[in-house]
Formats: sequence, C-alpha cells, structure tokens
Amino acid sequence: MSYRVLWLQSGGCGGCSLSLLNAESPDLLTTLAINDIELLWHPSLSEAGTAEFLQLLEDIEQGRQKLDALCLEGSVMMGPNGSGRFHRLAGTRRPMFDVIRSLAGQARHCLAIGQCAAFGGITLAGSNPGEATGLGYHIAEPGGLLGVDWRSRSGLPVINIAGCPTHPGWVLDVLCQLAAGDFHESHIDELNRPRAVTDHLVHHGCPRNEFYEYKASAEKPSDLGCMMEHMGCLGTQARADCNIRPWNGGGSCLRGGYACINCTAPGFEEPGHPFTETPKIAGIPVGLPTDMPKAWFVALASLSKAATPQRLKLNATADHIRIPPGRQKEEES
Amino acid sequence: MSRRLLGPFNRVEGDLEITLEVEDGVIRQARVNSPLFRGFEHILQGKPPQDALVYTPRICGICSVSQSVAAATALAQAQGIAPTENGRLATNLILATENLADHLTHFYLFFMPDFARDAYRNQPGFDATARRFKAQQGSAAPEMLAARAGFMHITGLLAGKWPHSLALQPGGTTRPVEAAEKSRLGTLLRAFRHFLETRLFAAPLEAIDALDSSQALDAFAEQHPDSDFAHFLRLSDQHRLQLLGRAGDLFMSYGAYPDESGGHLLGRGIWGNGRQQTLDSEAIREDLSHSWLNAHSEPLHPWQGSTLPGDDDDQGYSWCKAPRLDGQIAEVGALARQLNDGHPLILDLVRHQGGNVRARVVARLLELARVVPAMENWVRALRPGDSFCTPTRPIEEGRGAGLVEAARGSLGHWMVIRHQRILNYQIIAPTTWNFSPRDRDEQPGPLEQALQGTVVGNDDDPVVIQHIIRSFDPCMVCTVH
Repeated sequence: MSYRVLWLQSGGCGGCSLSLLNAESPDLLTTLAINDIELLWHPSLSEAGTAEFLQLLEDIEQGRQKLDALCLEGSVMMGPNGSGRFHRLAGTRRPMFDVIRSLAGQARHCLAIGQCAAFGGITLAGSNPGEATGLGYHIAEPGGLLGVDWRSRSGLPVINIAGCPTHPGWVLDVLCQLAAGDFHESHIDELNRPRAVTDHLVHHGCPRNEFYEYKASAEKPSDLGCMMEHMGCLGTQARADCNIRPWNGGGSCLRGGYACINCTAPGFEEPGHPFTETPKIAGIPVGLPTDMPKAWFVALASLSKAATPQRLKLNATADHIRIPPGRQKEEES
Repeated sequence: MSRRLLGPFNRVEGDLEITLEVEDGVIRQARVNSPLFRGFEHILQGKPPQDALVYTPRICGICSVSQSVAAATALAQAQGIAPTENGRLATNLILATENLADHLTHFYLFFMPDFARDAYRNQPGFDATARRFKAQQGSAAPEMLAARAGFMHITGLLAGKWPHSLALQPGGTTRPVEAAEKSRLGTLLRAFRHFLETRLFAAPLEAIDALDSSQALDAFAEQHPDSDFAHFLRLSDQHRLQLLGRAGDLFMSYGAYPDESGGHLLGRGIWGNGRQQTLDSEAIREDLSHSWLNAHSEPLHPWQGSTLPGDDDDQGYSWCKAPRLDGQIAEVGALARQLNDGHPLILDLVRHQGGNVRARVVARLLELARVVPAMENWVRALRPGDSFCTPTRPIEEGRGAGLVEAARGSLGHWMVIRHQRILNYQIIAPTTWNFSPRDRDEQPGPLEQALQGTVVGNDDDPVVIQHIIRSFDPCMVCTVH
C-alpha cells in the first residue's frame, strides 16, 4: 500500500516546495512514484478542487482516510493575540493552526519542512508580528504548536527538516526512508533534524578550504577568499551537507560567493549583527569553528597567517584566480 | 442572488479565497481575499539596510530572485552606486532564469492540468489532453521538470542556489564567471532552448517571436499541431478562453531587464485605450479601505505607507492593500510587459479582444521565446576577468526604490534609511495589483473585474473560475507578505 502524504502550507514562502521541484535524477514526480509515495494533496501539484480538498481534510480528521505523513511548510501563525486570524483556512473561518493540530494527531509521521515549520524561522524575526511559531519547537525551545512531549502516532517526534529553503534531497530522502519503514529515532539529532544532513558541517567540502587553512580572507563581495573572518560566514559552525551534496547542479551559498548564514539552526533569522559582517572582539571572530578551543584557534590562525603563500594572499581578495597553483615562483620573479 | 465562498485553491502560489455573488448563473460581484498575513514590513523595521537582502527574498519562494533584485536596486539607489557591467548581465541572467522557469511551471503544472479534469471528460480530444497534462500523471510534467531543473543549474552556477540567494548585491553579483563557465552557461541555455523548440513550440524560438498577428498565430497552430503550445491554442478555441477574464485593460510595466544605456529589454510604461503613456511611479497610492489594516485618512505613496493589522471590521475583507496608479486599476504581468514593449502579436490580440485568459497565457509563452535569445546574448557579453561587483558603501540616511519585473509583473520596494537602520520598508508585489480588493471608490481590483459577468451556472466548483484565476498566475505569498 502506498505511503500517503498530505502537504500543507502556512506562514511561509513556499520556497521549500519550489526547491523540491529542483529534484533531479530522477525528477520529483518520478521519485515519488517509484518509491510508492502518494501525494493525497500538495498545494502546487494536485488536481483536486476546493470541495474535494475540504472533504479530504474531513475524511482524515474523522479517521476515514489513512494519513502516513503530514508535511507542514511554513510557520504556524498564532496571531493576532492567539486568534489565528493571520491565517485562516480559505473557504472556512477556521484558524489554520487548528487544522494543523488536528491533522497532526491523525498522522503516522509528522514532518516540519523548512526552518519556518521546524523552529518558526524567518517569519518570527524582528518583533514576530505574526506571532509565528514552529510545529514542535519555538526557536530552540521544545514546544511550538504541538507541545513539549508531543509524539506522532508512530512514536517519533516532529521530524525537523530545517533549512531555508530545504534541499530537495533532504526532503525526499526522509520521505523515501519513512515509506520504506527505514527511518528511526537514531536518525535524528538533538533538535530532531535528520542526522544525514546535520552530522556534517557546511565547511565540509567548501571549495575555499585552502583559503581557510591559511586565513586568507575575502574582504568584499565577489572576492575568492575565505568568508569567515570578515564576511559573516558561519560554514565552520553550521550543520548541513551543502558542500558535500550541492544545490542546483553544483552550487551552494559559499560556491555562490556569499556567506553561510546557518539556516538549519534555530534562531538563524536574528543573528544580532548584520548577516554578512563577522562580529569580532579584539579582531578575533566571536563565533569559532565548532569543537575548536579558542586558544588553539588563535594560535593556529596566527601561525597559518604567517605562513600564507603569496598565491592565496593575492587570490583571496581578487575576483578571479590571479596566480594558479605551482606558479608562485614565476609570478614572484 | 446566492453567495458562494470558494477556497482554498491549489496550483496557485499561496492561499486564496474568493466570495462570489451569483444571480441567474452569472457572477455579479467577486471579492478576493488573501488570507495570510506575515508582516515582513514590520520585520524589516530597525534592521541594517543590507539585511533586506536576506529577509526580502524569503517573502516568496517562487519570486525569490525578483525580491532580491528589487532590494539590491533600492540599496544601490540609496548608496548612489550602480552594478558593474558583468554584474548587470549576471543579475539579468539570474532573474530571467527565475522568471522563465516560473512561466514554464505555470503552464505545465498550474494552468494546463485544469483541462484534464473530469468536468471536461466528455469534450472532444479529452483523452489526449489528459495523457499529456493530467496533474501528477500526464507525460508532460516529468519532461518539463527535468528541463526546468537543468535550466536552474544557471542559478546554481551564478547564484549558488535557488531559491534564496545572497548573490544579488547592489554592486552586482558575488559569483565571478571564468571562460569555461561562460561556455557552460551557453550549453545550459541551448539545452533549455532545445526543450522549448521540441516540446513547447515544435518550432524555432525566433519563429514564435516573429508571430505578428492573430492570423499568424492561428496559422502557426495549424502548422505545428504536435506542440504543447498548439495544444493550448486548440483548447483555448474550444473553451473560448479569449472571451474569459477581461479586467480593466490598463496595463503597467516597470520595464524588464536593464540594458547598458539605462533602458530595458522589455520597455516600461502604461498601456490603455490602444496607446502607451509614460509611467510615473510617484502616482502610486495604496488604498486600505477594504483591507484588514488600519487606514490613513488618504491613500499614501509607499514612501509614506504603513502596514498596521486592524480588526475584523465590516468593510475589510482581505489582508491585501489596493494599489492604484493615479487612482486607476492597473493589471500587471507578462501581458502588460509585452504590450508596453509593443509586440505586434500581443497588440493585435488585445486590440481585438482586450486582456483575457488566452492573451495572458500567450504572452507568457511568447516571453519564453523572446527572453531565451536575450539570455544567450547576455552570456556572450560576459567578460571573464572583469569585475562582477563594486563594493557597497555604508548608508547613514537616505532612501531608495527598486522597481523590477517579476514573472507575475511589477514588483516595487521602497526603503527609507535613518541612522544606518531601516526606518520604513514598503513592498507592492505583482499580485497585490492584480488581486487587490476594492478601494474607497468601490472600484474592484483586476481579478474581481475579470470574474464579474462570468457564466457559472449552478456549478458549485466551476472550472471556468479556475482558468480565470490561474491566467494571472497569482503569487499570494508575495501579495500580502
């Protein structure tokens, strides 16, 4: 029997769905079909009209229709004043949060697709004007819409596929594993994110690694150097496989020439400083690479800075390779 | 008179609800509601100006790059800088990739599947339409998804990823291109051209651009019957789509894809009553009389505007504002762009039958045929080794506007900066124009006009309404933001 998925959107941008359309080899619809995953409804893909959709929701709520996975994309909108009036299900007067809570109670698995559904995300930045929250978390605190100890019928908590947006592979891997009965609690991390994604750092596979090693830093947009020291890059702390499993045929934020802003971590939306500037104390970046003692970082950084080859020094602040590897002597002479 | 509440609608981006008043099977009045409010304009207040490049693309996952370009343009204006030549070309390429991918997504995934619905199963040719376009099952979607995903590699190369890139900067783009990569971009474009020329049009793109009249279009459909475009044109004749969905017929475009001399690839202007006039964006006002927002005594220009959620009052029926140009309703989108650019086919279609469902879809597909060759030229013009980005400058005080053309039409950002922080940020998205509610003169918005007079009979869920709504390719998450 096929694995049945209902996909809802609330306080978000739809970007995780659009990112999903970027799936390749094979394409999204083929991937779902060959893994026996059936979309009961998806806002961008389904045929069903208004009446059929409302009937489907009722059937699920009444237990007449089996629901294997509820996927929510976008934050849960509680405002204004807890009324949910900022997002009511069209065609009804019902607050969307009430619909989501009810369907989550029927689903075997519950997936928060993207940063907004997982932790609240960009929608709760600033003064959180929409009173947005996540499904199972409010920023880094368990709770959100469903409450601290909530578990789906399968016994798993909400699976937080964080990211802004999600990589199509992150979502499809989890859905395929769930459909095959091969996704377990040991596959999620301390924030209920898939470990297949968060056991890595964005730093892993970054093509600017050599610049990082010698602290040869970019100073302005389009420079080739490491973006940690000045440009706000959090790749050495951010947990995701973006440079191991690139985006859109070979890209990533760092490969695109701009900082990793740690979009798989709760609270990324409010870094407390301009996103693309590195906050420093006494010239040393405040955020250090994950698991690295500060004294060692300072010692190693000053040592490697002293040893930076001319090639990397020059290339770091240029927008194309001025000196290729192995030519340093020629250029200097 | 009976009242019908319709929604939610799928295959539109975001949430939509429509209230119809139907008398004798004909829509007398329509009220369009955008049911989701998130409050981006509040979130932006007090932020460092350059952080708009992080927040605003996340307004919308389908128009993400357009939002980035609008924010970057507003920042560039406030800083008094301009992108480098390579930066301008790369920005155009990234934006065009998004816009054209959106047109393709709209045609194959959002619009065409309606003709494969059971409501039409007794129509001649239904089986062929269902085989090709049925939602999630037709043969077209996997082909189109593969072509689209390959085309999006352009964003992987030039912008790191899509959606939500920080590559678009006030001074250009962050990703310089080397000679081999320039060649790769050319190959990606040729692969996309190949899909369009074998599947969508079954003809060279230049032959589509050369269509100059309604007769030429009809002749094309007969000569290339196997193309998806001809399939649409046949369905359009069958369902008389040219008679559906006419709005007020005033069309606005901010101008798309800046050229090197300060003009645009697709010209800027307002078009109505058979002629084009100069657009003055200072004549824009946002009317809040029918929004669930606290209104000012007078409609304000976005430089002065605000967005304060109000009560569930009697008059309000949407979170959307009602933007008006000099008090008038304006329709935006590919049709408006092609009219303002003076394309002869579109001029001919609109002169005879006004804006309508068929003309909107034709304009979108025509744009695919017209912009891909322009993209090929932009790639050829890239100069590896030259600068892609000029550094930004800090802004103490100032303001900037970013007016761009997203896939769905005119998108404007207006940013006011005080003490190096955003004091006010106002956004008018394409669907804010097209799906606006009434204003204080009780003038309905374009979709509300387009639905009035439509024959729906006794059907509770008439497909004809779906055609009209989707012909605008609404993006509801942008609409209210």
